[in-house]
Amino acid sequence: MIHLKETEAPPGAFPLEVRGLTAAYREKPVLWDVSFTIPEGQLVGVVGPNGAGKTTLLKVVMGVMRPAAGRALVFGRPFEKARRWVGYVPQRGSVDWDFPTDALDVVMMGLYGRLGWLRRPGRREREIALQCLEKVGMSEFARRQISQLSGGQQQRVFLARALAQDARLYLMDEPFAGVDYRTERAIVALLRELKERGRTVVCVHHDLSTVTEYFDRVVLLNGRLIAEGPVQEVFTRENVEAAYGGSVAFAGGG
Amino acid sequence: MSADLVIIVTGILVAVPCALLGTLLVLRQMAMVGDAISHAVLPGIVLAFFISGSLGPLTALAGAGVFGVLTAVLIQALRDTGRVREDSSIGIVFTALFALGVFLISKFASSVHLDLEHVLYGEIAYAPINPLVVGGTYLGPRTFWTLGIVTVLAAGLVLALYKELKVSTFDPALATALGLSPALVHYLLMGAVSVTVVGAFDAVGAILVVAFLIVPPAAAYLVTERLSHMMLVAVLLGTVSAVAGYYLAAALDVAIAGAMTVVAGGLFALAALLSPAHGLLAHAARRYRSRRAFARELVLARLAALGGSAPEEELARALGWERRELARTLRSAARGGLVETAGGEVRVRRARSGAGRERRRGRSTARWPGWR
Ligand SMILES: Nc1ncnc2c1ncn2[C@@H]1O[C@H](COP(=O)(O)OP(=O)(O)O)[C@@H](O)[C@H]1O
Ligand SMILES: [Mg+2]
Repeated sequence: MIHLKETEAPPGAFPLEVRGLTAAYREKPVLWDVSFTIPEGQLVGVVGPNGAGKTTLLKVVMGVMRPAAGRALVFGRPFEKARRWVGYVPQRGSVDWDFPTDALDVVMMGLYGRLGWLRRPGRREREIALQCLEKVGMSEFARRQISQLSGGQQQRVFLARALAQDARLYLMDEPFAGVDYRTERAIVALLRELKERGRTVVCVHHDLSTVTEYFDRVVLLNGRLIAEGPVQEVFTRENVEAAYGGSVAFAGGG
Repeated sequence: MSADLVIIVTGILVAVPCALLGTLLVLRQMAMVGDAISHAVLPGIVLAFFISGSLGPLTALAGAGVFGVLTAVLIQALRDTGRVREDSSIGIVFTALFALGVFLISKFASSVHLDLEHVLYGEIAYAPINPLVVGGTYLGPRTFWTLGIVTVLAAGLVLALYKELKVSTFDPALATALGLSPALVHYLLMGAVSVTVVGAFDAVGAILVVAFLIVPPAAAYLVTERLSHMMLVAVLLGTVSAVAGYYLAAALDVAIAGAMTVVAGGLFALAALLSPAHGLLAHAARRYRSRRAFARELVLARLAALGGSAPEEELARALGWERRELARTLRSAARGGLVETAGGEVRVRRARSGAGRERRRGRSTARWPGWR
């Protein structure tokens, strides 16, 4: 277990609430009037074709990108006031794997937020980071430069970093992309454990065949919001086809 | 203090801040920003001259620092319009600002004595004959003061904001999410680079600054796997270049800055050749090993297809290989305990521990469907 003092989130507020969100790169709109609410303690898949704006949605939620209209509230407040409750796993393709840093160092970065400006990480941070690596089965690779890890191991390191953030809401961008079967199972087990501890996970996902197995709720996106809700209700052939435009190999529930 | 020593210390005082900041520039893929800033700060130096009425080293540094940050802000703003890409926006901003500086000089400063040649393009050989004298008191070589301040600033920034610089270089999105504003960090870094570049230009001239900003960090990148190590190795390589370059110049009677740059380049070449992870030699060795492993797997696959054993001659024919090539592969396969040859007959050995070890190390390139 990770021995941190529990960061309490304000009760009663939704972990994530998106209202009329519109986002654009310059004049090209990518997200159009998207609204939904995520209840606490749920595993939520964000599903949609390439270029649907899934990554953009996470960027706006995290304040990396400013929305053109609408807003995203995290635990009922703007992201800047809620960042200590949010953990983040980036899309693998967006990471500079040749950066001179090792697994332990990457995990420690998850703790920089609580340290604040100027304070340096010390032994305590190191220990927490090692525990988080242990949790994803990566402690023996702590001092390995990150490009020398396999795809699955790299993904685990970034999950460990999110764990180190000890968040209430986790935002993950395609954590299952390019990982082997064992890592996929390990990630799923981890997501379920987070859920049991009352955490909320919003996870961009690209594999339609596992949506019903992995997630409680789904956000179907294609620029606009196609549907949002419990997997059984909204992950239907009709909705998936609406999101992907045309027929898809569908292995959903409803 | 001897002239030799003044020049060597001056070189080191350029090498150290350049190595520290250059490491971050190289990792941010902004290596040429140093060159751009060295031009863009010209109007800052001229304006500082107008305001203070003289051009002391500190006035020039202050003016340069302000304009360096302004340059970074303008580059960012121009890119944010979405009309030009980053490299073009760097080019546009630094030429425009440099032109403004030239304009200011030719319009207003032609009557005053503003020795720009000296401000922008110093010569390290003059360091010993350029003392700082305040109120008639001799305070030592001028470069020690300007570059000393620059070194303290650069080292101070890197030490104080090490984790902020690291995370905003490696993962700006995480830095933003954590509340460690990568934009602020970026402008602080640009300010420090501006001050460094101008302080160093004044003392040692153009080539040396850009070389020290890029070459030692690029070499260190090849031989290290942690940011702190990369910085330390870059500092070390820069220092060695300064010291060895001075003696090289003295021995061959050539320009000092040129010799220091040549040594830095030589060290980079060594790193590129010998680096265990990225070096050309290591690369060639890896390619060679994986070619051998692939050849062994081809032999094993063919042997399996032939029922586990075959005469050497038949095997060579089946593979379409020269006998010599096959013999070499068989020798290495036999060393790995994969095959045995008796009386011209090659046989697969059951114990495949050698192949297993090879695969676990990830050296094997082929997954041959014919065997296993
Ligand atoms: N930095 C950017 N600048 C301009 N356009 C972008 C940028 N990032 C993404 N886009 C565009 O926005 C759209 C949505 O991208 P993204 O959110 O990454 O989609 P997804 O993650 O769903 O595949 C795509 O059409 C993409 O080309
Ligand atoms: Mg994406």
